[in-house]
Amino acid sequence: MSTDLVIKVGGAAGQGLQTIGVALAKTFKKSGFNVFATQFYLSRVRGGHNTFQVRVSDEPIRAMTEKVDILIALDEESIEEQIEEMTDGVIIFDNDVIKINNNTDTNNGLFFHVPMLKIAKDVCGNKIYSNSVASGAALGLMCFEFDYLAKVLTEAFKKKGEEIIDNNIKAARAGYDYARDNYPSGCKFTVSEPSEDDGRMLIAGNDAVGLGALAAGVQFLAAYPMTPSTGVMTYVAANADDFNVVVEQAEDEIAALNMVLGASFAGARAMTTTSGGGFSLMAEALGLAGITETPAVIFLSQRPGPATGLPTMTEQGDLQFVLTAAQGEFPRCVLAPGTPDDCFYLTAEAFNIADKYQIPVFVMSDQYLADSLFTCERFVPSKVTIERHLMSDEELAEKGEYKRYEITQTGISPRAIPGQAGSLVAVDSDEHNEFGHIDQTIENRILMNEKRMKKLELLREEIEPPRLYGPKDAQITLVGWGSTYGPLVEVVNTLINEGHSVNHLHFTHVFPLPVESISDVLGNSEKIVCVENNATGQFAKLLECETGVKIAEKVLRSDGKPYSPESIIRELREKEVI
Amino acid sequence: MVSVDDYGEFETEWCPGCGNFMILKALKRALAELGRSPDEVLLTSGIGQSSKLPHYLKCNLFNGLHGRSLPPAIGAKVANHELTVLAVTGDGDCYGEGGNHFLHNVRRNPNITLIVHDNQIYGLTKGQASPTSEPGMKTKVQTHGVFNTPLNPLSLAISLDCSFVSRGFAGDVSHLTELIKKAIQHKGFSLVDVLQPCVSFNKLNTFSWYSERVYRMEEEGDGYDPGDRVKAFERSLEWGERIPLGVFYVNEKPTFEDHLDVLRSGPLVSNKADPKKVDELLDRFI
Ligand SMILES: Cc1ncc(C[n+]2csc(CCOP(=O)(O)OP(=O)(O)O)c2C)c(N)n1
Ligand code: SF4
Repeated sequence: MSTDLVIKVGGAAGQGLQTIGVALAKTFKKSGFNVFATQFYLSRVRGGHNTFQVRVSDEPIRAMTEKVDILIALDEESIEEQIEEMTDGVIIFDNDVIKINNNTDTNNGLFFHVPMLKIAKDVCGNKIYSNSVASGAALGLMCFEFDYLAKVLTEAFKKKGEEIIDNNIKAARAGYDYARDNYPSGCKFTVSEPSEDDGRMLIAGNDAVGLGALAAGVQFLAAYPMTPSTGVMTYVAANADDFNVVVEQAEDEIAALNMVLGASFAGARAMTTTSGGGFSLMAEALGLAGITETPAVIFLSQRPGPATGLPTMTEQGDLQFVLTAAQGEFPRCVLAPGTPDDCFYLTAEAFNIADKYQIPVFVMSDQYLADSLFTCERFVPSKVTIERHLMSDEELAEKGEYKRYEITQTGISPRAIPGQAGSLVAVDSDEHNEFGHIDQTIENRILMNEKRMKKLELLREEIEPPRLYGPKDAQITLVGWGSTYGPLVEVVNTLINEGHSVNHLHFTHVFPLPVESISDVLGNSEKIVCVENNATGQFAKLLECETGVKIAEKVLRSDGKPYSPESIIRELREKEVI
Repeated sequence: MVSVDDYGEFETEWCPGCGNFMILKALKRALAELGRSPDEVLLTSGIGQSSKLPHYLKCNLFNGLHGRSLPPAIGAKVANHELTVLAVTGDGDCYGEGGNHFLHNVRRNPNITLIVHDNQIYGLTKGQASPTSEPGMKTKVQTHGVFNTPLNPLSLAISLDCSFVSRGFAGDVSHLTELIKKAIQHKGFSLVDVLQPCVSFNKLNTFSWYSERVYRMEEEGDGYDPGDRVKAFERSLEWGERIPLGVFYVNEKPTFEDHLDVLRSGPLVSNKADPKKVDELLDRFI
């Protein structure tokens, strides 16, 4: 990597960090760079100490690193909190707003006073433009081509009219010029700009999930808002009219999943979105989906628990819960995207699996993946197929009497919907016979239970094998699932450069596990290390339990923060894996 | 022509003499008289003796979880608003475990008929108090007698401006049949709270106890107007020596489905999606 820079904006909620951060992220992406942006925020609407950081590189990146090159400090706390992370960087701040310690030497190149308020007032007559001054100043320090920012600001304020656009651009330009003219040693970070024509996207995980659901033809979404899942609900709602979707905010999560099951029973493609706390309330209805064999897609975005936990932070702590939620036994499927591409394609796949096997399918994300912005190639919607597995009117007419739970070889019964061609569809939460009517005889119970569980084995045979990154026969295999993909890929790159023999096995299809293909891959590894954002190694347990593969070592983190590649490497050294 | 026979005849798990039989009879008659054929009817229910009813007539049915008869009903109605959707439930199911759903579906006002078998007791779990049990009623759980104020479903529904509020009595099948017919024909959320004697566990509110008290409001000759919300509220408070039956309150207003423009072109389930349409949205992320 010839360019690898991190710009961090720090301040209180409500100060506009996100506006600055997103503008910078878009600017770099527009010019052809790879961008990764993530935020750290507290559960409050105003105040508190929050950050938004943007990493810029000329190589693909999907994780945050720990050093900071440019800090835009909007409050004193940002300086106190972040100064440790500055190695050879610059802190941009407005000395007229932030009073820093008298003893602090501001002439060492680390501190750079930009009179953001004053510039905004002088140039535009209004201090609200000081955020644009800050964005401009950061780019000025990099001697970055200004036009990209101008384009981004034009798009961002398109709806607000010419005057607002002009003022923002003027303010940004003034900040840019100020930095170029006044920073002591001129351009501090000169970046060589990649010239490739940019058709790529800058997208957050939640938006990608929403797009996946729309591509898959979701027709009904019922949910109760809960961070960090709400973004999917709002994205689908924003596009609902164009895509013939009904989005309903349920009175609670219990209602949400029960509504989804009613809609799905009646033939609509339906999903719900929630986080662990909300899913706790859905556990009962999950079992209902199981016994009634009603397809449902459950998007579950994890945050640290138990209970309300850390509402705005990240964790992969709900896997074991999802695997066993609801009483009794029934097949379910768990998918876990690692990238925005996965978010898009896996969500669409979730609907097809749900419809084919008539089971609940989870898409498990987390706050880190949900809220971070990634650069990635444009999705290809034509790769998405919609497979409903519903009986046609003709098939139904041929059948004569319809049995919702007809016993078949595969355990999958042909599915008709109420109101279709004069048929009657009956489903029941009690154990039922082939017609869907209550039947508590032992013979029937055995038959129905076997029928349902059979589907799981069929699904296991069809499930995609894990994704291998790095050389096939490496001595060390880092195993992960879901959102740790980005940091782990970078760890593998770094370690290979250092001469280690290491690869990464990433699971997007978490349950059921394709046992055979896993044993093939992991059989060659001398040391298997599982890396997870939780305290107990939940996936490692699942893997051992399902495949018998022993996990030698675990790298775990449950402080509410996502992994940086550095932190993983540090732990691998500490544990003497490398 | 649809006849009562089209709805079939099934063996039930109810106690002989239970009020549920009459409600079933009235419901079948109402559906047949309205000419609804079994395949266009969907009954959703929760759990309880009452909630088993959908199994005892031919129709589409979704027999879900305790307290949850309404959410699947809404989901199914949105998916296919051409279906005639009824939720069948008990007082424990609807006003106890499912109380929140009751409140919020009155607010939504979907075109769904809610029939509550109100026996003022939990039948299936063998005789505990329900939210509508009379104060003083002793049970194995309420050993000192019920002392919580009973919930008044009619007043509650009227206070929420429910668009159709009525009460029937299992002992008066022809009157109940007419009520259910009106409720199904009403466009909007319609509540039919049915006084249903439980011969096994409720020794207080028996057939004769109800028979001595109930009266048909429309026969009073006092020109009662179900359009007057305050009067309706007043009537709903009448309970004791005399207990009114009939339609308490009607307020025609747009249904939940009326607000959903996407249903104008036909049922949601008949829409075909095209993944390629998403391509337009992707430009916004470039
Ligand atoms: C979640 C849950 N809690 C409790 C029960 C046990 N249960 C079954 S029916 C019932 C009460 C039924 O009362 P009601 O709705 O009045 O119906 P009835 O049997 O009187 O018709 C209860 C508590 C259950 N099935 N599920
Ligand atoms: S327990 Fe009561 S409500 Fe249930 S069937 Fe028997 S009499 Fe009817």
